[in-house]
Amino acid sequence: MATARNSAQAAPGSGLNDDIGEDKRLALYRSQLRIREAEQRAFDLFLQNLVKGTSHLSLGQEAVASGFAEAMQKGDLSFCTYRGHAHTLARGVSVEKVLGELMQRDNGLMRGKGGSMHLTSEEHGVMGSYAIIGAHLPIACGAAWRAQYKGDKDVSVCFFGDGTTNIGAFHEALNFAAVWKLPVVFVCENNLYMEYTPIGDVTAVPHPAADRAAAYRLERIIIGGNGADVVYRTAQKAYAKARAGEGPSLIEALTYRHSGHSRADPAKYRPEGELEKWKERDPIKIYRERLKQFGVGDKVIAGIDAEVRKEVDDATEACKAAPMPPLDILTTDVYADGGWAWRN
Amino acid sequence: MAEITYRDAVIRGIAQEMSRDNDVVFLGEDVAKAGGVFKATVGLYEQFGPLRVRDTPISEQAILGAAMGAAMTGLKPIAEIMFSDFFAVCFDYIANEFPKSRYMSNGQTKCPLVVRTGNGAGSRFGAQHSQSVENWCMMIPGLKVVAPSSPVDVIGLLAAAVRDPDPVIFLEHKSLYPTKGEVPDGEIVDKLGTAKILRPGRDATILALALMVPRALEAAERLKAEHGIDCEVVDVRSLVPLDTQTILGSVAKTHRLFTVEENPRLCGWGAEIVSIVADEAFYDLDSPPVRITTPHIPLPAADILEDIVLPTPERIVDTVRRSLQG
Ligand SMILES: Cc1ncc(C[n+]2csc(CCOP(=O)(O)OP(=O)(O)O)c2C)c(N)n1
Ligand SMILES: [Mg+2]
Repeated sequence: MATARNSAQAAPGSGLNDDIGEDKRLALYRSQLRIREAEQRAFDLFLQNLVKGTSHLSLGQEAVASGFAEAMQKGDLSFCTYRGHAHTLARGVSVEKVLGELMQRDNGLMRGKGGSMHLTSEEHGVMGSYAIIGAHLPIACGAAWRAQYKGDKDVSVCFFGDGTTNIGAFHEALNFAAVWKLPVVFVCENNLYMEYTPIGDVTAVPHPAADRAAAYRLERIIIGGNGADVVYRTAQKAYAKARAGEGPSLIEALTYRHSGHSRADPAKYRPEGELEKWKERDPIKIYRERLKQFGVGDKVIAGIDAEVRKEVDDATEACKAAPMPPLDILTTDVYADGGWAWRN
Repeated sequence: MAEITYRDAVIRGIAQEMSRDNDVVFLGEDVAKAGGVFKATVGLYEQFGPLRVRDTPISEQAILGAAMGAAMTGLKPIAEIMFSDFFAVCFDYIANEFPKSRYMSNGQTKCPLVVRTGNGAGSRFGAQHSQSVENWCMMIPGLKVVAPSSPVDVIGLLAAAVRDPDPVIFLEHKSLYPTKGEVPDGEIVDKLGTAKILRPGRDATILALALMVPRALEAAERLKAEHGIDCEVVDVRSLVPLDTQTILGSVAKTHRLFTVEENPRLCGWGAEIVSIVADEAFYDLDSPPVRITTPHIPLPAADILEDIVLPTPERIVDTVRRSLQG
């Protein structure tokens, strides 16, 4: 039974040349920080009424997205939820494209046709963000089936929340993936809440994903989801297993969202002190300390911080200046011929 | 030329497409080793092997979701949902996922798949295994919806559906599986979005789909023989895309329109067509269009009850005759 603990408590590795290495660590840091800054900016822009509709932030959950994405190879596929900005950014999609979509501008990833909950960038392997709970678990199975059938070596990685473990599609997909031995990795980001209800109030087992693994003859894997190194190593192992034809993995990563469920939620339902406790285990804070433990200088860190902030600032300005989408895209791409004709 | 059943046409259609293209794969419950509950996929497993013809668990969401994921990334899956009534347990894919991913992604995501399903009444299976759900599918932008009435159309339209780059719902009528028809030798590929005039006529247009087609044809013969009314029977075949031109052309000629629909009354496909005709051909009409449908009730199981609720040749004859002769 693999049960890794949060890296915040773990002793530092043997040095800069451990299995992760400095380059990858800096990439993990940059990735998490990009998400943090972009999500924070999305929240600020919402307060300025420049982000319309809904949005679901991953503030506090950055290490899961960055750890899994940084362990991927080009060609690996991510399937995300409406809480998908983080996973989209982590695959290298530009902050401008993401913020543009949130701000419903023509420079957005889907030119405003999808919105915050449906970020998709197939060229980056982001195969969609799905807003019907559980829908994308079977879809990820299908992409993995294609890889298996064609002998392709890519892995399909499917991210979802704790609440998603109680919908039928979760169970259908796990059984299906296990029986067909598909190269798919299911990642449950257990942030302790579905929308507003604590997951424990509505789930028969304490670990919503891991405690179900045995039903599908899968290993029970729980990790601290706020330590990017632990996440990264866990991802590597699961991807290697998938690529070796040894079937799916189900990983439960313990984490916490700093903001409410969606932009409208002040998260009043949290017990006193819970947020503060988790903020002590803030993945960005943890990782900065970790970099220092590994001898990365303050200047290097400050340099990354400045670059990331600049990307987010520049993106914000570009989005503010970008036009709204033209009306003629309303009827494009309903069908594969590019149009919407349903009759002659 | 050979005479084959509608059931064997399904097998031949799938086999034709799987032989042509290795990316065509097929999955569903009991479809592989068992050959399907309607025996409409017998022999495919033996011919194409366990990697291309796959039995699934009873997991309709997994079946359709997996088909979508495979389609998005390069395969051309055919998924079977045993009874169309079961669309209700996997409707997320039909209503939210297949048809909207291309639009929402601004054209990035493709979804070239076919969902085959056993649709329609006549088997005395009761309200949850007999429905005609073509109207559930027709109302969703982004889908294509086809319902063949004859063996040759099964092969040709199935081939067209598999080759089509959009998600296609392919409704096979359970009561038509044993029916027979002439089918030419060699490859057959038809065109989606095309209706077929099966019987030309001057006095009235009768539109029908699937099982209602042979009933409309029978009614037309009797209307001619017994009442001297010469009906044009049009097999709509494809609800989306809809061949409006053939329909409007027929109405322009006959000046009278009847739809024969197996779906329950409210929001049946005929309602949409009647509204198009009212908008675009009102002055061609000599009398109000008439919809002949199943009444707005769940389907009963007993044969005597089921037989009265579905449109029959008798009901079609009576309705058309009363409308024309008063
Ligand atoms: C089928 C379905 N039911 C309900 C919802 C409404 N809803 C949106 S997010 C959400 C909570 C999901 O919780 P979880 O899986 O833990 O993900 P998290 O938001 O915490 O990342 C719910 C109930 C939905 N989108 N889809
Ligand atoms: Mg949650």
